[in-house]
Amino acid sequence: MGKRVDDLMGWVDDRFPLTKMWEEHLSKYYAPKNFNFWYFFGSLALMVLVIQIVSGIFLAMFYKPDTALAFQSVEMSIMRDVEWGWLIRYFHSTGASAFFIVVYLHMYRALIYGSYKKPRELVWIFGVLIYLALMAEGFMGYLLPWGQMSFWGAQVILSLVGAIPFVGEDIGIWVRGDFVIGDATLNRFFALHIIAIPLVLLGLIVAHIIALHEVGSNNPDGVEIKKNKDENGIPKDGIPFHPYYTVKDIVGVVVFLMFFSFVVFFAPEMGGYFIEYANFEPADPLKTPAHIAPVWYFTPYYSILRAVPDKLGGVIAMGGAIVVLFFLPWLDRNPVKSFRYRSTMWKVLIALFVVSFLILGYLGMKAPTELFTNIARVCTIYYFAFFLLMPFYTRIEKNKPVPERVTMS
Amino acid sequence: MKSSIKRIQQLTQQFHSLLLSIIFIALTGLSANVLAAGGGVELKHMTVNMSDKGALQRGAKLFTDYCLSCHSAKYVRFNRVAEDLDLTEKQVMENLNHSDAKFGSTMTTTMTKEYAKKSFGALPPDLSLVARSRGVDWLYTYLTGFYSDPAKTTGFNNIAFKDVGMPNVLWELQGTQEATFNEHGMVEHLKLTKEGKLSEAEFDREVRSIVSFLSYIGEPRQAERKVLGAWVLVFLAVLFIFAYNLKKEYWKDVPH
Repeated sequence: MGKRVDDLMGWVDDRFPLTKMWEEHLSKYYAPKNFNFWYFFGSLALMVLVIQIVSGIFLAMFYKPDTALAFQSVEMSIMRDVEWGWLIRYFHSTGASAFFIVVYLHMYRALIYGSYKKPRELVWIFGVLIYLALMAEGFMGYLLPWGQMSFWGAQVILSLVGAIPFVGEDIGIWVRGDFVIGDATLNRFFALHIIAIPLVLLGLIVAHIIALHEVGSNNPDGVEIKKNKDENGIPKDGIPFHPYYTVKDIVGVVVFLMFFSFVVFFAPEMGGYFIEYANFEPADPLKTPAHIAPVWYFTPYYSILRAVPDKLGGVIAMGGAIVVLFFLPWLDRNPVKSFRYRSTMWKVLIALFVVSFLILGYLGMKAPTELFTNIARVCTIYYFAFFLLMPFYTRIEKNKPVPERVTMS
Repeated sequence: MKSSIKRIQQLTQQFHSLLLSIIFIALTGLSANVLAAGGGVELKHMTVNMSDKGALQRGAKLFTDYCLSCHSAKYVRFNRVAEDLDLTEKQVMENLNHSDAKFGSTMTTTMTKEYAKKSFGALPPDLSLVARSRGVDWLYTYLTGFYSDPAKTTGFNNIAFKDVGMPNVLWELQGTQEATFNEHGMVEHLKLTKEGKLSEAEFDREVRSIVSFLSYIGEPRQAERKVLGAWVLVFLAVLFIFAYNLKKEYWKDVPH
């Protein structure tokens, strides 16, 4: 039996690099042995992607991208008539929010351990592109149930295109395929949501992982394990990804699924954060809801948009808040990667950055009052100052000695 | 020096625990979220018990008698209701179905759009999902919140939905409530001035039944969902024990 399998593998390997790929990316990919809690979120993101693709395929079998049928196909066909349709729909709606939670934590990990720094600049850039594609995916997916918030959320965001001077109006019509958000918009968002953007996402994720495996994983100490190799050329602080991290990630997956299942089965609306209450009313272009708020994962940027008094200025600030992420590897001039061995100032600045990002997110869900707008302005200024002043303050930081080898805590 | 590094590491850990707990609380709790309705009035709270089939059956009867003539529940099938509420086809067709709709068809209304617009000024909304968009507390407050207002054509106003076009269809059961106002013109409280067919406690029970039924039709699988969820969590807990020990076994030979 064993010999037969070996023969078969040999036959395949002569024609396709199966064993070579398995070894390069799993059984002989050496990852630092000191990964901590924060290193679960990469593999979790991959798992959420699978959940979204599989549940999405089944939803697409019953969903109808037609303004006259869309709401009913979700709320009647899928939620009531299709066997287990409700479960698949909740997987998908919860998965959307879970994707962003996992990705935000994954990005935070990169920030504190300096995983964006040389030689991992491209890993970071592919990552930001994935984040952008994910936002497009979430935005377009949210229109599909054709509820009140689907319609009016999209209305608010697409109207921003109109703020672009001279060509804004025309671009808006081109994007919507109509003068208003309507059947043409819904149909094309469906096409983009289930084909175009998932393809882009998959491509980017492959690039993200290939780039990562080319340079090797960073770790909580920010030490390059490839600098210390044994006589066989294996990093002394490295362990094969498979089986060590595959078995470890299974634990992470099970814990994650517990949280995920808790939401799916006991709180699928998540208090109106994952599925907004107003989205249980069908879209009505003639009835503007009293309060329009985007889904929670967009609200920090929505806050930044509203913080700027000028509409075009707001759009530029919102775009700039994401564009600036691409430059992070070059904005940070400190050669030390992990915040463990950087200054207290840097830790405080990161903490403030997280706090202001959370505040922006919270304010983006609330109706703007004068006080709220002023707080949002302070946080917006801090957001940009954190990045744009980085070339200056990271130069004067007092670092601590970085160890030669990784530490296990 | 060493102790200050320790201190900073502790602070970092505290910050991370704080950060994660904020995210966790934001995600699990905070259900005191803005419901779409509003109106400034404090909502009366009620909880729905999906296993109380008697209440759901009563609610179904009241709903089809009092609501379905003007409102539709166009996503709700009679046969589904029969199955979930332990009713026979005969019981449903005789007691709940007041039109010539078939057993497998949905709860539509015979009232035309034109008639509705002329009579009430607006189309009565479909009620399939009203418990999910408005919430059960709002429905409970609304259905018990009609008070006499001679200025209105229907003779009634409502504390949860000011100047509502809907007549107080349950007045015969409830009787008439009068409102007392505070200095800002807001309703302070309601008092029953003319008794209806039912006592206050009986009426309250009936309204709760209607709201329970509305909650049921808002998401017919909600009871099933929670039962299944409990099993899923038990399974994952067992799986965790195996996964954790597998990891520990493999990691024995990783040098520290």
